[in-house]
Amino acid sequence: MYDISAIYEAESTAHAVELLLAHPEAKIIAGGSDVLIKVREGRMAGCELVSIYGLDELRGVTMDEEGTIRIGSLTSFSHIHKDPIVKKHLLALSDAVNMVGGPQVRAIGTIGGNTCNGVTSADSASTLFAYDAVLEITGPEGIRMVPIEEFYLGPGKVDLRPGELETAVCISKKSWSGYKGFYIKYGMRNAMEIATTGCSVNVKLSQDKKTIRDVRIGFGVAAPTPMRAHGTEEKVRGMEVSPETRSLIGDSVLEEVRPRDSWRASKDFRLHLCKTMAMRAFTEAVRRAGGELDD
Amino acid sequence: MFIGKSVPRVDAHDKATGRTKYADDLCDKRAFIAKILHAPVAHAYVKSIDISEAEQVPGVVKVLTCFDVPEQPFPTAGHPWSTDPSHQDIADRHLLTRHVRYYGDDVAAVVAEDEVAAVRALKKIKVEYEELPFVLDAQEAMKDGAPLLHKKFPNNILKHTSSSQGNYEEAIKEPGLIRVEGWYDTPTVQHCHIENAVCFAYQENEKTVVVASTQIPHIVRRVIGQALGIPWGDVRVIKPYIGGGFGNKQDVLYEPLCAWLSRQVGGRLVKLECTREETFRNNRVRHAIHSHIISYVRPDGTLVARKLEAFSNQGAYASHGHAIAAKGMGAFARLYPCPNVECDAYTVFTNIQPGGAMRSYGMAQAGFANAAHTDDIAAALHMDPLELNRKILMKKGYVDNFYKLELYNDTFNQCLDKGAAWIDYERKHKEYEHQTGNIRRGIGVAPLWYNTAVWPISLETSSCRMVVNQDGSVQVQVGETEIGQGADTAYTQMTADTLGVPLEKVHVVSCQDTDVTPFGLGAYASRQTYTAGMAIRGCAEDLRDKILNVAYRYTRMQPYLMDIVDGNIIRTTDGRVLMSLGELATTALYDLENSIHLTMEKTTQIKSNAYSFGVCFAEVEVDIAMCKVKLLNIINVHDCGTLINPTLAKAQVEGGMSMGIGYALSECMLYDKKTGKLLNGNLLDYKLSTFMDHPHLEAQFVENPEPTSAYGTKALGEPPVVPVAPAIRAAIRQATGVPLYNVPMNPHQLFKRFSEEGLI
Amino acid sequence: MTDAEVTRQFKQVTCTINGKKRTAIVDVRASLTDMLRDDYRLTSVKKGCEVGECGACTVLIDGEAFDSCIYLAIWADGKDIITLEGLEGPNGELSDIQQAFIDEAAIQCGFCSPGFILSAKEILDSGELYTDAELRKLLSGHLCRCTGYENILRAVKKTMYKRLGKQLPEVLIE
Repeated sequence: MYDISAIYEAESTAHAVELLLAHPEAKIIAGGSDVLIKVREGRMAGCELVSIYGLDELRGVTMDEEGTIRIGSLTSFSHIHKDPIVKKHLLALSDAVNMVGGPQVRAIGTIGGNTCNGVTSADSASTLFAYDAVLEITGPEGIRMVPIEEFYLGPGKVDLRPGELETAVCISKKSWSGYKGFYIKYGMRNAMEIATTGCSVNVKLSQDKKTIRDVRIGFGVAAPTPMRAHGTEEKVRGMEVSPETRSLIGDSVLEEVRPRDSWRASKDFRLHLCKTMAMRAFTEAVRRAGGELDD
Repeated sequence: MFIGKSVPRVDAHDKATGRTKYADDLCDKRAFIAKILHAPVAHAYVKSIDISEAEQVPGVVKVLTCFDVPEQPFPTAGHPWSTDPSHQDIADRHLLTRHVRYYGDDVAAVVAEDEVAAVRALKKIKVEYEELPFVLDAQEAMKDGAPLLHKKFPNNILKHTSSSQGNYEEAIKEPGLIRVEGWYDTPTVQHCHIENAVCFAYQENEKTVVVASTQIPHIVRRVIGQALGIPWGDVRVIKPYIGGGFGNKQDVLYEPLCAWLSRQVGGRLVKLECTREETFRNNRVRHAIHSHIISYVRPDGTLVARKLEAFSNQGAYASHGHAIAAKGMGAFARLYPCPNVECDAYTVFTNIQPGGAMRSYGMAQAGFANAAHTDDIAAALHMDPLELNRKILMKKGYVDNFYKLELYNDTFNQCLDKGAAWIDYERKHKEYEHQTGNIRRGIGVAPLWYNTAVWPISLETSSCRMVVNQDGSVQVQVGETEIGQGADTAYTQMTADTLGVPLEKVHVVSCQDTDVTPFGLGAYASRQTYTAGMAIRGCAEDLRDKILNVAYRYTRMQPYLMDIVDGNIIRTTDGRVLMSLGELATTALYDLENSIHLTMEKTTQIKSNAYSFGVCFAEVEVDIAMCKVKLLNIINVHDCGTLINPTLAKAQVEGGMSMGIGYALSECMLYDKKTGKLLNGNLLDYKLSTFMDHPHLEAQFVENPEPTSAYGTKALGEPPVVPVAPAIRAAIRQATGVPLYNVPMNPHQLFKRFSEEGLI
Repeated sequence: MTDAEVTRQFKQVTCTINGKKRTAIVDVRASLTDMLRDDYRLTSVKKGCEVGECGACTVLIDGEAFDSCIYLAIWADGKDIITLEGLEGPNGELSDIQQAFIDEAAIQCGFCSPGFILSAKEILDSGELYTDAELRKLLSGHLCRCTGYENILRAVKKTMYKRLGKQLPEVLIE
């Protein structure tokens, strides 16, 4: 039995906005795999909740005529993983969400919850960063679109204003077309795991697969929020696909990441992982894009 | 005959359909809920507690504190009681404590109508603490001036024992000896049975009834009596099916508190269920042990002189006390016999939660240190570790004057041969020498020695009751408990064979009820097939004699001319069936002249012990840059005597190997150095190995029937855990050249060691 | 309790449980585990951690495995729920996967078994042939401390091959 003082169940997105405005203290519960645990731990005990779990309109993956892929915020990880559009165009995301917890957690966990709880270890986040995802936020004023990098305000803090909820995660065609990605989750075991560090790399290679036309490097648990290694991306854009470029990536990301010491892992170990994983994820992304790169 | 056959578990059907009732399933949902207030400090005196606000929370029935509980302290270890006060377990617990000795210690409790009310009330209890300095490490705690946990134990030393043989100091003077020294550290880990410890209590007919998820119902009854200061006969403990125990439930946990709380609310039904976090923080753990070993060996590997010092972190309360470290010390001199040995073992109080029994009882720690050290010796001598093990392991004919037994077979070589053949040791060991590159493979081996039961250190006694029903079926009751290992199935096979009845006619009463079940000590020390086996055989043979004597009255055949076969009384001279056991039972019971009940109850005291053996071979692949170990192949080979049920025996080994894998590679409890708080006490942060972290587990056996055993069997439940970590360590060393001295050998550890050794 | 409080704290939940349509008034604070265990006495649904880490409370909701401990009971309204009690036939016949758990000695203490069997049902009902690695991943939301998972994998794998009418591999678990 959870210590919840009241639950208001939304019947539509508009109703959810109304409920959130009427109960300003209430928190949104989507799948609950995060919220219910906080309630049980006592951190959110006695809270009021607005449940949006029943809003099927926020589930599913679609592609519009411009090629933008829209993932409803309540779509579960297991459904995103299996979705044919995601599998075909966003393989790294399909992989990443398939590494969350275990199968049952992936059945209840939602991509909206994963982004809105604002944690750096969220498995989908680094990959969404690497895909330049844009979040659709619905509120009393209607809809606004927020690039994912701007959405994170700090650890556990995201840009959701009173009465607002995230309704979709969007990835435009220019962000996915021609890109191939690879996500590495580093954990202490192979399932039921929170990422020690996560790294997601997207590359776009030249026609002959020898030059990097673009690269996007996303990290989880390398800083207080998920992050991109923009400086490194800048440096290697236009460079040749080679072990030297890969080494440069490994060295360069160390200037950008800001992991911390914690009992889960030391800063030194995380730095070592950031470097090693960036190089590995880059190698695998290049291979997926048809390039050649030895181990 | 059913012994040696892989018959299905007798409880499998109910467990596969969800019908099996565990403690919480039996509790009325209207029960009051008890919750405990755990201190948020590692060491302190409770100065005062204000419960006034907590009492006002709607739904609260009663709030009780450490100032309300009985004064007399009590012990908790699941050991047989001793009438010799010097051999009794240390009584250092109170139901709730005024002297907080670890972060999370129990200072108050709430009884409420529901869980939410109880938890809300806990938050309203105001406690004033006088904080004290604390210490988390065993060797730190022994230093002069360290914070003292128990006044009666100076320097926090619960106990220090020594043992020696030969003359170490003289022996090391031999010229040409090679000295090998190492410190081997093992972590604090938890049992992680999937059912948390749960109990509920109520008063019935002036008795306090406690239904508990425990391995040791009769011991729990005694301790509740001691803790509450009430006659032991006023307590009735019922043990239904339990969702695993692994030694944690071989300790008395919150059963006395729950019983007391029920009595404080007029005997109403009170349930006390540990959350997973409480199971981690407030139940027992496996002791962390620092082991220091020095060996002097000849260049050919012969052991000349050895020294062991072991420092066992007992945590805040004595629980099983020094028994764990002492058992490890016993293994040191036996596994690798050596003429000159000096051992010192210390068990030391610290401000972490108490260590208790856990599958392998000190041997996982000692086994790691001992076998890892042998691998270090092999490295120092540039010898193949397998060859060195064959040379220095206990040999056939070894005589043990303490346990009064000997090694009757060439067991170790038989196990090593089998394991090496399966994993293809010789070839791989050669192939994996001199590797370069980031991904490297290695193979390793480690042995284990174990003993069965606790004689002659403690009492071994078991009673068995058998009742023949009028259809010829039989109820069997013993106090040795089914905790998932398959004990009931083994008892069924034993009874069917000795009594001569079909398997399906034997019904082991799984649920123990101390008002009904004959006395037995419960599940521990991998002893149940050994000790209960003797009780069962003794009882079944006496019952068989009684049956044949009664049969004489109706068949007129001499008892020695008859036998019971397949549930029938037969004449042995010609095999003729004279009557069925059911006919006899019915006729004898309803005999108007001389009614006889075909029942038997017999107590057996066991004054013997048996060695159990095994080896593990492991093959790993190490990704050096990622600091990760992948277990490729693993095999355990055991000699546990005759296999009662090969399939279930294999399953036991696989489970033990799994626990060994977690111990080797990922499990450990982390305590905050600044506060003493357990940091990772949940199943997300405590890295139990998952389905995906396991390779195929190969379990094989060498069957040398144990001559002292009623059915040729001996210890198997605990031993499989022991050799896994040192075998994996040896494999990692072969792969990388880096010896590891800390368990678990997780990525943090590998990162540290690979950095130190310049691999990354 | 006032009427307002009652409407706020309780809700009527109608769902199909093990093939039968059932209605109960449930406390909105209840988890699905609470509802199934307390209101319907379906005690095969076990509590091991209550935070979705152990899998002991797994049930099938519309054919998919969920941890019922972190699923609010009110969300079950309109859903089709299956617990282990729902796998037996009308005369107590065991389903193939239950029988396989018995035959392969995949059960020891039995506490994780109900959840495992339900995840196995979802896997088997998909009609797919999976590799060992895939099966391990699909079953990785359950913790077991007794078995080392070996015999659980054997039980699921054998049943999968049997259902698909395929010859079992010579070495069952690689």
